[in-house]
Amino acid sequence: MNDTFDLRSSASHIEVHKFRGGTILFATVLALFVQAFLPVYFPKVAIVDLPLLITIYFGLSRRNPSTGLLLGCAVGSLQDLLGKTPLGFYGIAKTLIGFAASSIGGKLDTEHPAARFALTATFFALHQGIVVLIQRLLLAHAEPWFTARLAIAALVNSLVGVVLYFMLDRLRRS
Amino acid sequence: MVAIPSRHRSLVLLTIVVVAQVLMLAIQIQRTNTEGESKNLVRSWSVGLISPFERAGTWTVGKVRGTWRHYFALSDAAKENERLKQENDALKLQITQLRGKAAEADRLAKILNFRESQEKVPMIGARVIAASPDANSAVIYLDRGQRDGIRKNMGVITADGVVGKVIDSFSNTAQVLLLTDRESGVGAMIEESRIQSPVRGSGEPLISMSYVSNDDEVKIGEHVVTSGTDRIFPRELPVGTIVEVKQGPPPFKYIRLRPAAQLEKLEEVIVLLTMDPLALKKPAQTSDAAPASAPRNEAAPKSGAGKRTQEPAAKPAEKPR
Repeated sequence: MNDTFDLRSSASHIEVHKFRGGTILFATVLALFVQAFLPVYFPKVAIVDLPLLITIYFGLSRRNPSTGLLLGCAVGSLQDLLGKTPLGFYGIAKTLIGFAASSIGGKLDTEHPAARFALTATFFALHQGIVVLIQRLLLAHAEPWFTARLAIAALVNSLVGVVLYFMLDRLRRS
Repeated sequence: MVAIPSRHRSLVLLTIVVVAQVLMLAIQIQRTNTEGESKNLVRSWSVGLISPFERAGTWTVGKVRGTWRHYFALSDAAKENERLKQENDALKLQITQLRGKAAEADRLAKILNFRESQEKVPMIGARVIAASPDANSAVIYLDRGQRDGIRKNMGVITADGVVGKVIDSFSNTAQVLLLTDRESGVGAMIEESRIQSPVRGSGEPLISMSYVSNDDEVKIGEHVVTSGTDRIFPRELPVGTIVEVKQGPPPFKYIRLRPAAQLEKLEEVIVLLTMDPLALKKPAQTSDAAPASAPRNEAAPKSGAGKRTQEPAAKPAEKPR
């Protein structure tokens, strides 16, 4: 596995990473728990969307759009169930992100930290875009498309993501 | 089952998952409208999704129905049109008949008023059923005759004035010579001046007063009434209005009158069922009132003169048949 950021011409060159059993489930539940637990004591941590980072990471790693979208659907739905948003709100957003991440992961080398940073920032913005779209279309909430907080959140999440992804790489089956 | 290419399977799955979640969201979300009513979003969507088809269906059905009615079902329209035309014609005819009846009612009311004002004068109403086919004679036929007590030389009048006299009477019909006939005449006098002179027909719409001296003063517009001297008509019945006065060949004036009765439009008349001298009261006067002031040139009617009555004089008045 090289650590360059190159465009792959064929899927045959793409390495599909596998993880130890229960890793995805464990990571997801942990992310949801931390996401719900930490902001109680550290409100500013709420800016980090751990379930989204988990979805992006496993989408990019598994590189299977079907798996990616189903993982996103599951993570988003759990996030909805644990929160006060209607069921499907984050489910839709993370389904699309899971699909996009796994689709992109099949075409790009996503192992390089810079690539991961850029992709995470992009997916975070896309995720927020989808959330705002859902809010505008379905909930009739006139949320702004772009704010400074969104930009900061994208940067923070990308940085956290790069670190998190590095840690999660350790759980890969060698 | 339809086989889905493997490269599209994830897209299909994505679509299914997203749509399912959108529907799930729509079921949960309550959208509040401007009136403050809260509606389920999926219901709003369902209605919004279905209503264009419903509108399209309604529009299509309306167009088809309209086309059918306006272009293909014209036979019904033609029948309806024909029926309406017939109904319109019938209504027009009905209106004409009602107008005629209203006019007739007016005329009859006028006659009735006249008869009520002359209670003691025996008279009978009659309807004009024909006119003379001879253009040179002014004659009409009535629908009453000898059976109704009508005899020759009885006077015929309307509420407006003198019409003429009966010249022949048959079983159920009577022939009346109008005042405008050349052979017709009536004893008359000018109402104001009481100047007496017979009035004669001339075969024209206007009648003439023949024997008024050039020395007498006569004005256009004066009314001429019966003098009662002809033993046919009672006194004071309107004969006509003077419309032309000229100095004639000495010693008489040339005076033309317009008949008081509308002789060209006779439909109902009154036949005076007596030839006794009568003194008609004017509608405004009482029956016992004396005749108007003694005429200047008029000979007083002789008592018992003209006892030519062949019928009981007091036959009750009847309405025209």
